[in-house]
Amino acid sequence: MDSKLPQEGRRAARRLPGAERPAAVDEEVQVRPVRQADLPEVIALDATVTGLHKADYWQRVYRRYGIGGQGLRHFLVAVQGGRVLGFMIGEVRDWEFGSPPCGWVFAIDVDPRARQRRVGTHLLAAMRERFERVGVRVLRTMLASDNQLLLSFFRSQGMTAGRLIPLELAIGPQSGE
Amino acid sequence: MKLQKNTELALYSVLEFAARPGEHVPAAEVAAKYGESLHHLAKVLSELARAGIVDSVRGVGGGYRFAANPRRLTLLDVIRLFEDLGAAAPAAAEAATPVDRALGQVLAEIDQIAQATFGSITVATMLGMVDRAAARAP
Repeated sequence: MDSKLPQEGRRAARRLPGAERPAAVDEEVQVRPVRQADLPEVIALDATVTGLHKADYWQRVYRRYGIGGQGLRHFLVAVQGGRVLGFMIGEVRDWEFGSPPCGWVFAIDVDPRARQRRVGTHLLAAMRERFERVGVRVLRTMLASDNQLLLSFFRSQGMTAGRLIPLELAIGPQSGE
Repeated sequence: MKLQKNTELALYSVLEFAARPGEHVPAAEVAAKYGESLHHLAKVLSELARAGIVDSVRGVGGGYRFAANPRRLTLLDVIRLFEDLGAAAPAAAEAATPVDRALGQVLAEIDQIAQATFGSITVATMLGMVDRAAARAP
């Protein structure tokens, strides 16, 4: 997933004269669980950002996170005027390598036309609230180190480097091992 | 990643100007605050002005004004102006021994993480962190 998101901060009021400003008031954006009828817009949004149209994949994600979440998996959408502006998917993961239950955010997309309108902030706040409701006290995510826009978005929300370090290994015939 | 003196001074200056948007801050004021010579600071500010991060106004009431988007400009954007970030990797690749190469690989990994961290923190986020640090101060 890749998307450009607004960056918030306590100094938001310090924006430069003439700098980018939110294009709409926050109150108009509503965050709620995804519905079947939202999927075409979600699929189109994902295709806009990633360049890949993955209808089957999104149907599977909807079944697992949209209707089968059982309070631990969440697929949220941000809507305004009936239009999907963005979505976020997360789940509670517990006892991975001894880590107590934590809230994992593993997908986020915001319509490029809706940037700078705190859509990502609203989605993350709603996800956080759902995690807190089941006792989760740590929020985590993992991003490519060169995904500067998403990294800076999560940083702007107060997230910092955590206790876990991601590692990876190329495997298979082309791995060079 | 060890930052050079100029880079640190550039970061201090950018944060100083960004915290006072629209205001022309005299270079002498920044130099005095951070205990640097005005001559030294002027070179740094000149580079920042060339990059469009600050504007300068001469004369009475003049000074430097933050001119970038604080929600987009990252620490890495500023650091890149003063540091040759690509220099370490080729040197490591040409290292003479397997130990050198292995060690170079580790150091490159550390640099990559450092750069990703600097690249993820915008000036706006940094100002928020400064605020919180100030609130925690005894």
